[in-house]
Amino acid sequence: MLGFRVERLWADMTGLLALLFHQGVLDEQFLELQQLQDESSPNFVLEVFNIYFHEAEKLLRSLRSLLVDGEFSDYKKMRIHLNLLIGSSSTIGAKRIRNVCIVFRTASDQNNKIGCLRALELLEYEYCYLKNKLHELFQIEQQRILAAAIRE
Amino acid sequence: MARKICALVVDDDPMVRKIHGMLLIKHGLETEGVENGKEAVELFLSGKSYDLVLMDMEMPVMDGPKATKELRAMGVRSMIVGVTGRGVEAEKEAFMGAGLDSCWDKPLNPKAVVSMLDQLAKK
Repeated sequence: MLGFRVERLWADMTGLLALLFHQGVLDEQFLELQQLQDESSPNFVLEVFNIYFHEAEKLLRSLRSLLVDGEFSDYKKMRIHLNLLIGSSSTIGAKRIRNVCIVFRTASDQNNKIGCLRALELLEYEYCYLKNKLHELFQIEQQRILAAAIRE
Repeated sequence: MARKICALVVDDDPMVRKIHGMLLIKHGLETEGVENGKEAVELFLSGKSYDLVLMDMEMPVMDGPKATKELRAMGVRSMIVGVTGRGVEAEKEAFMGAGLDSCWDKPLNPKAVVSMLDQLAKK
């Protein structure tokens, strides 16, 4: 019974990952990260993503503030934040987020406020989607590890 | 027993320090990390030495090119490898001109690390 549960959880995990790859949410850089995880650092990917989420949320709040607060938007500062987000998203394999940031950066280069606002909304959506799906993935992984440990 | 190769990861991004640090550890290196070029220079001034320095290009306080120039001016002969998230060729050339042994795009992968270690072995 426990063995079945472990297999089922493994199938759920690989299915969710396959979906995220198929949707273009993640790219092969995510797999490179997974390959760095082993028994001596079993939570490596989770730790990396926790840092990413923490930094990304600060940047997203700042981007919203730069666009919405005040009469004039600081496009130069926006560009700096977007470059940081593009870099960190590329590093963890967050492909769709990276691509939206690139579109956002183009709009900010053109001082296009409406374009920037649209890009920001899409970016916030993509970020929430990625965060929710990865939390789901990490939860399944933790359950699988627990079930495998109990089985032994 | 052969001593481990020591590396210093210089990057203001904590995520990059973690990933690049782990990549180096997987290849058998001992690693330390600092947040900017000034901290890297201070480590060398304190007497510490490293075989390999991974130097980010853009950092607050002291950026990669400035830190590299200072380290070379101090006589540091460690292998200094530039790492940049921006693909602007002119900036990479200027970074190389500061005294790097090589420059790679972020994020590094195992192939890049093997190439660096090969270069280090030849030094």
